[in-house]
Amino acid sequence: MASMIAELTRLLTLTRSHVIARRYFVVNGFDGALTMLGLLVGFYVSDEARLPVVINACLGVAIALGMSGVSSAYISEVAEKQRELRELEKAMVADLGQSAHARAARLLPVFIAGVNGVAPLAIALVILMPLYAAPLFEPLSLHPLVSAFGLALIMIFLLGVYLGRISHTFWLWAGLRTLLIAAATTGLIFTLSPG
Amino acid sequence: MVHIKRIVLDVLKPHNPNALDFTTAIAEKVPGCRIRLTVAAMDEKTETVLLIIEGENVPYSAITEVISSLGGSIHSIDEVDVENGPVETEPA
Repeated sequence: MASMIAELTRLLTLTRSHVIARRYFVVNGFDGALTMLGLLVGFYVSDEARLPVVINACLGVAIALGMSGVSSAYISEVAEKQRELRELEKAMVADLGQSAHARAARLLPVFIAGVNGVAPLAIALVILMPLYAAPLFEPLSLHPLVSAFGLALIMIFLLGVYLGRISHTFWLWAGLRTLLIAAATTGLIFTLSPG
Repeated sequence: MVHIKRIVLDVLKPHNPNALDFTTAIAEKVPGCRIRLTVAAMDEKTETVLLIIEGENVPYSAITEVISSLGGSIHSIDEVDVENGPVETEPA
């Protein structure tokens, strides 16, 4: 396992693909968090939605986001990595089939697809936790949808903070910027919702 | 016993791994050797480097193996310094 991680790290460094994986994580993670936020606000506005319906709908969307993330990233990354390898082979005038570059072209699409799929699924599942744990929130008189909404805001804020760390900007400002997007989304749903 | 003491290789390699990672990876496979890399020419996707490897017994096959695993190919052996051990005298 340790050697597999070391090999993966080596291949990521060799092809500079860690930047791509990080970008996919943020982009699709943000996608997952904002989609869950939209669904939760939509259900909250609807008023009459029962909790099992909310959970099943959100879970369905989370799984679909995960599957979409895995398949789309895999297809595009296989094509990109194969193209890069062919171009390198052309420049080297050699078959690189046994090289680390060929191993990277085979393994990295799987890893990147995993990151792209797991990011929205994991973040969505974290946001849905208050819905699963609704009986625990009853004594606190907290509405599960409101608790999940709060958790979605926290996740969106944390993704912003992470982006701030990457871009070396002030973490609070970066977090507030993503929160602003969440607020705009919520506002739009409330405004456009027929009630 | 014949030992390679020094070898100079003209190698074509992709930009990645860079010179430091490339020499480090080779050094890991050939303990006890000293390696010097000089970039001779740069292209859009590749670079030609001059690799000087010195040691008590430079393992040439291990070096060629690691170079090709890193995507490089040896164009030529430009210099080589080989030494034979002392002549063994047969007992009278």
